[in-house]
Amino acid sequence: MRMKTVLLTAAASAAMAVTGWAQEPVKIGMITTLSGPAGYLGQDIRDGFQLAIDAEGDKLGGVPVTLMVEDDGLKPGNGRQIADRFLNNEGVKLFTGIVFSNVAGATVPDIVDGEAIYVSPNAAPSNMAGKGCHENYFVVSWQNDSLHESAGQNATNLGYKSAFVLAPNYQAGKDAISGFKRFFKGEIVGEVYTRLDQTDFAAEMAQIRDAKPEVVFQFHPGGLGITFMRQYQQAGLLDAVPMVVAEPSMDGVILNAVGEAAIGVNVSSHWNSDFDNEANKAFVAAWQKAYDRPLTYYASQGYDAARVIASALKATGGDIEDLDAFRDALRKADFQSVRGTFAFGPNQHPVQDWYALKVVAGEDGKPVLKTGDRILENHSDAYAAECKL
Amino acid sequence: MTLFLEQMLNGLQFGVMLFLMAAGLTLIFGIMGIINLAHGSIYMVGAYAGTLVIGQTGSFLLGILAALGAAAVTGVVMEMVVIRRLYRRDHLDQVLATFAIILILNQLVTILFGRQPLFVPMPPLLEGSVELLPGLVYPVYRLSIILVGLLVAAGLYLLINRTRIGMLVRAGSTNRDMVRALGVDIRMLYTLVFGLGALLAGLAGLMAGPILAVQVGMGEQILITTFVVVVIGGVGSIRGAFFASLIIGVVDTMLRAYLPGLLRQVMVGSEADALGAGISSMGIYLLMALVLLVRPKGLFAADS
Repeated sequence: MRMKTVLLTAAASAAMAVTGWAQEPVKIGMITTLSGPAGYLGQDIRDGFQLAIDAEGDKLGGVPVTLMVEDDGLKPGNGRQIADRFLNNEGVKLFTGIVFSNVAGATVPDIVDGEAIYVSPNAAPSNMAGKGCHENYFVVSWQNDSLHESAGQNATNLGYKSAFVLAPNYQAGKDAISGFKRFFKGEIVGEVYTRLDQTDFAAEMAQIRDAKPEVVFQFHPGGLGITFMRQYQQAGLLDAVPMVVAEPSMDGVILNAVGEAAIGVNVSSHWNSDFDNEANKAFVAAWQKAYDRPLTYYASQGYDAARVIASALKATGGDIEDLDAFRDALRKADFQSVRGTFAFGPNQHPVQDWYALKVVAGEDGKPVLKTGDRILENHSDAYAAECKL
Repeated sequence: MTLFLEQMLNGLQFGVMLFLMAAGLTLIFGIMGIINLAHGSIYMVGAYAGTLVIGQTGSFLLGILAALGAAAVTGVVMEMVVIRRLYRRDHLDQVLATFAIILILNQLVTILFGRQPLFVPMPPLLEGSVELLPGLVYPVYRLSIILVGLLVAAGLYLLINRTRIGMLVRAGSTNRDMVRALGVDIRMLYTLVFGLGALLAGLAGLMAGPILAVQVGMGEQILITTFVVVVIGGVGSIRGAFFASLIIGVVDTMLRAYLPGLLRQVMVGSEADALGAGISSMGIYLLMALVLLVRPKGLFAADS
């Protein structure tokens, strides 16, 4: 009898705890890179995400949320520790934010194995897109390779016959080069892996000049990209060898820093600030109102990540204890993306269009990215077929 | 052949940049016994101060003055407020305190200037490239960095070997306690050495501006390599720092430029590139390990 009372009380208090919890805001753990030369990437993802929360008044999909942000400092070990703390001490069930694939590689497996959902606003390494895919792992940005497949296709479309390719020596760098090669029909006359903490590219510039390629493809995100572009210009190569890149090597900030010298560079992207759709217009206006700095595609991905999470929270009424229902709701991707068409493929990575952009002189003389033709339509990635979910 | 020469110049240029950082670090480490992790932050302060003034006034000369001034002031203040309390403490305390300075300065710069890298225009006089040999075109700015670095090295040589202060510095790096026992105002000497080190770091930061991006955390990127230089050269030895800087600069550049190509002779292309990139980024640390095996105190240890 006594035992029964104890059990009943326990059950009652557990029930109360559950209902009490349901009224609490949903915690969203954001692990991102805020310090160091690549700090602006995480900052933009965070601020883009926050923009979507602010638009609803501290809510996503009508559900109150708390955004908990921590800096991983571009160190995989840090990311992992933060994830561990969020999971075990804070009871966070919903994660996002990671910028770099090496941090993602160390952090995301713990999250998704810990019965929590991870929605990537940026990094999407190849090893987690195919055989290593996971039902709790969603990507709203792109798969790493496909980003650079668009650049490869762009270079082919532009008729270049030989290319020199460079990328940092880490997972996303390798994905970049294999992605570019997959869609570039010409010859690769040089392939160089740089360091993720490299600051001086003089040795690489000399190699490029020596190899005399028709075009250079390079992947250097954040501060690396600024340094690379400027040294490319200083070495006198910008006039001699044209460049085809994907968006990480020419985001809004890099463009701002490189200035007029960037005019003529060919970029490929899934989003640009001049996209003509309602969601994007609202986003660009909200950004310009809230922040006094260039808008990057990282911010658009943070914004989209928040909006897709909002769609799932709305459908489930903010209940993320029932993971099956939440995953089903997420998979529908029932939201208006700022990039236009968006759907999740079988490996829960995006299926979307890719566009050719070109750096041109804007109305006030400052260079801007202008959207041109579509390069790839409803493009998925090379690993989707290997994923068995 | 011209490619090889160009890579040599690149290595040299990287080397003299490292020297400007390492000279200060090795003096501070050798004479004061302080492990100063915040040396990279002074480099950053120099770069930001120079950038700001160049941006406001458009004058590169004023920028130089601002960078040197700001770096030296930061260094002296840092010495008087924090470092001075650490001379008698062990290295762990010093590492903790100077690491804290890194975090504080980084955050301060983030608050003041934001996380987005700043743009520094190249001084118009040093823009463009010159043809040194037929087919060997090299940017004027990088050549002038090499020149400035070598001039500073010569100046330091004269200062250390031909002046009274230099004599005290040499004496201090060999036997600190004896210098104090002889009645030299060691506190003054310490502040001076720290200020000089900071000045050189500021100069390096300013010169890096137009080539590299001026951004939060730029100091930590060069700091680790600088420590490798100090260890290889021998703690406290300016001569050691000079030669070790050039060795590291050239070795690092050459490995990056030629190792993947050499490996490609014996392996599949992409594997060779990945392995080559891996080994070349380890190269300077391997070199450090080798030097330490043969000469545990470094190539030019001050007290050997």
